[in-house]
Amino acid sequence: MAAFVLRRLANHLVLAVLGVSLAYLLAAAALDPRAAYEDRTPRPPEAVVDARLTALNLNDRTPLADRYRIWAGDVLRGDFGRTWDGEPVNAELGRRLGVSLRLVLPGAVLGCAGGLLLGAWAAVRRGRTADRLVTFGACLLPAVPVFVLAVLLQMLASRANDALGVRVFVWVGESTPGAPGGVAGLADRARHLLLPTVTIALAQLGVYCRYQRGLMLDVLHADFVRTARARGLRRRSALLRHGLRTALVPMTTYLSYASGLLVLGAVFTEEIFGRHGMGEWLAGSVARGDVNAVAAIGCVAVCGVLLAGLVADVLHGALDPRVRGAA
Amino acid sequence: MWVSRRAAAGLLLLALLFSLVLLGPLVSPSGWDETDFAAFHEGPSARHWLGTTQSGRDVFALTLRGARTSLLVGLFVAVASTGLAAVIGAAAGYAGGRVDRVLMWGADLLLVLPSFLVAAVLAPRLPGGLPVLMAVLAALMWMVTARAVRAMTVSLRRREHVLAARFLGVGAPRVVARHVLPHLASLLAVDASLNVGVAIVAEGGLSYLGFGVRPPDVSLGTLIAEGQGTAAAHPWPFAFAAGLLVLAVLAVNLLGDGLRDAFDPARGGR
Repeated sequence: MAAFVLRRLANHLVLAVLGVSLAYLLAAAALDPRAAYEDRTPRPPEAVVDARLTALNLNDRTPLADRYRIWAGDVLRGDFGRTWDGEPVNAELGRRLGVSLRLVLPGAVLGCAGGLLLGAWAAVRRGRTADRLVTFGACLLPAVPVFVLAVLLQMLASRANDALGVRVFVWVGESTPGAPGGVAGLADRARHLLLPTVTIALAQLGVYCRYQRGLMLDVLHADFVRTARARGLRRRSALLRHGLRTALVPMTTYLSYASGLLVLGAVFTEEIFGRHGMGEWLAGSVARGDVNAVAAIGCVAVCGVLLAGLVADVLHGALDPRVRGAA
Repeated sequence: MWVSRRAAAGLLLLALLFSLVLLGPLVSPSGWDETDFAAFHEGPSARHWLGTTQSGRDVFALTLRGARTSLLVGLFVAVASTGLAAVIGAAAGYAGGRVDRVLMWGADLLLVLPSFLVAAVLAPRLPGGLPVLMAVLAALMWMVTARAVRAMTVSLRRREHVLAARFLGVGAPRVVARHVLPHLASLLAVDASLNVGVAIVAEGGLSYLGFGVRPPDVSLGTLIAEGQGTAAAHPWPFAFAAGLLVLAVLAVNLLGDGLRDAFDPARGGR
């Protein structure tokens, strides 16, 4: 198992370095931080803009190779440089990563687990009303993009608030400004988290559910499940211990793909629910031409996708003993 | 050929959407680029079937125009990315060796790069408008299919009919086009129809954030972004655009799923 993980790790490391470098080069070549300075009123003198851009390693008149060398040297020392307005990227990155993780993780876990269970359940009840309802929902949900889903949920919530006469649902930001600490503060945060979590969970749920239902149908009548029943296991435990475990194996490869989808969904969720996380930062930074910030976000995204791939490999190995020796 | 019910439903829905988008502007009393200075943010009326936007534009005509852009992007990007996947995957699988390694390695690299970041950084800065946006999207969507095509090509390469053609002296491009790609037709058809949905959502998302289609062009993404702020009081602009987007994606997903069932009898009837 260790050798298997190590080999994958080395492969991933090379890909990560290349991917991150490419993200920086792309951002540095295409984005234009100079325009943001020149748009200021009164317009600063050219020499001042040049000096400022050079100090931040953003000057488009320095050759790209030189800028890349400076940036890569800094990154190796663990410093992502400074943003467009001179703040250190590292501090902002840490803060925003926390916001994003607090936002995305509950929804991702909920959506993944719910989708897998719902899909497996629908497969077991194949052809009945419950299965039809689940299948229809799982077909409809992936067709609804996150930016439509989030706005729809907000509309429903504000209708509900109006109907009830009290603000049951709140969704702007992470917490009410000036909220008390302790248990009341936590409750306030949870209330703010409800709608975005439902958005992210629903966006994941449909896709997981559809795949899992198909995979589960493949194993329902497989020989090993029948053997388990013949050995005297009850239908429930035969399906859970022999059926579900086998049906989960192909899902692990899907996990790394889904993580990319999740990051993308987070961009819209953060924009719409007013969370100052990584996704909102990316959209803003691209619009501002903030090369170092975009490169840092690209770095986190590349590492995140590869990490998800690694987790998928480990899960695959844990569920399926055959891959540990091979691969 | 027996076509599954799902594929038929998807096809019907798609046909309805296309006829709405193509015929709607002909019967609408207002054009998409007209501004009615006498009607700001009004509800549905005889002159404006679905009301007007904040700036006095006709919601019905404007949204159909946006849907036209979105469907166009979806179709072109899907065909282009699936075509790219077929060519690259078949080349890698058939040639093997160094070509294979380089191409698949490039695919891995593109898979690792966050495509949203690449598209958001590149698309607004390249000159050329819509065609360039479509090219960027297509260039970021071929990798997974190319891997599948490669794997199938590798196994097809050793089949007798391919070997026979090769030993008869048929050139490699012709063998791939005549004897390998036809076997992949079902995979590619399913992939292309599912990619239409992916492309429509991708374009909508980029445009929603302001990185995609730019004024004066409109797409469903820009219309949803404009409409959502006032969606509570004036739901029409948001609801119509969002509804068309969801229906379009649903239609192509149904079509893709149905085609997969039809091509793969072992999984059929589910």
